[in-house]
Amino acid sequence: MSALESAKKIKARFGDLVSEPMEFRGEISLKINNAEKIFDVCSFAKEQIGFGYLVDITSVDNYGEDPRWTVVYHLRAIVNGDEIRLKADVSEEKSQLPSVLPVWRTANWHEREIYDMMGIRFSGHPDLRRILMWEGYPYFPLRKDFPLAGKPTDLPGVAFTKPAPLEGGPFVTLPSGADAVSREPRVRNPEE
Amino acid sequence: MQAQSEYGYNSKIEGDVVLTTVDAALAWFRKNSVWPMPMGLACCAIELMAVGASRFDISRFGSEVMRFSPRQADCMIVAGTVTYKMAAVLKRVYDQMPEPKWVIAMGACASTGGMYRSYAVLQGVDNIVPVDVYIGGCPPRPEAVLDALMKIQEKIGKQPILQETVAAKLLNLQEK
Repeated sequence: MSALESAKKIKARFGDLVSEPMEFRGEISLKINNAEKIFDVCSFAKEQIGFGYLVDITSVDNYGEDPRWTVVYHLRAIVNGDEIRLKADVSEEKSQLPSVLPVWRTANWHEREIYDMMGIRFSGHPDLRRILMWEGYPYFPLRKDFPLAGKPTDLPGVAFTKPAPLEGGPFVTLPSGADAVSREPRVRNPEE
Repeated sequence: MQAQSEYGYNSKIEGDVVLTTVDAALAWFRKNSVWPMPMGLACCAIELMAVGASRFDISRFGSEVMRFSPRQADCMIVAGTVTYKMAAVLKRVYDQMPEPKWVIAMGACASTGGMYRSYAVLQGVDNIVPVDVYIGGCPPRPEAVLDALMKIQEKIGKQPILQETVAAKLLNLQEK
């Protein structure tokens, strides 16, 4: 069974809740129209189709658009190596979706990381604490409106932060540069 | 008479006399047994392990006694990226070290934050503890660490020990 067939099975089971499988460079993605149902879709994908391994959960900040967040699940079937991707949009006002921890226990730390970096909460998560930053840090640093240099904070006895100096920055890479010199991080202003 | 040779100086057995100041002798003891506290926080710690291993052999400089308790260490080697989350811990470990104590900032990250111009990384460990020697490199070669250790030894050798305390005491007496 190929990844596309698996995706079609999910589509057949959930109907309008799931978009048609989108293929890009051989990778299959499915869009979940209602993030509240992500648990059901994931549970089905694991129990009925065999996506036993949750590779990663990550999140995208579509800053300036609505809905603002996209949460992305990468699933893999260990037995045949099939991979599919599930995407669910979450609005900024809500910033919450169900935890898939009962499906894959590895989701625990992935969801904590997303909560730490983006501030999206996962309902039903038993231990939703920050995982990289310390408790009491007031910002979510991977959001697009968080400055690259950081913001000053102070939590006496725990940690403090200061904005990093960015003289000459920001240093930007050009992934499509012709040679190594044009690709490497250099001072490039967005206007140029 | 037996008693004389027992308590006197027997040059035939004990050899020549070396004259020095107490300070110089103490400094010599101190600088040749610097006990490092390996504050390994990132990839520099791997190089630091190499410094301790046989090829580079930090024990040639008397510093092979890596102490993981700050109470027993003289010289903290900050090897790696100091995040803000770790900064408070590092400061606390430093505060627990008994005087006299020294700090080596090993590598670009510990010295300046290195390539991490970021919300999460302390921009140089000298923001929170006094640093004696900085080592450049990402990560530095083990030779560079040994060089830094020799520089620390040079510095320790020049630091007054008793002179300072005696002078301070005299000054105190005068003021009283």
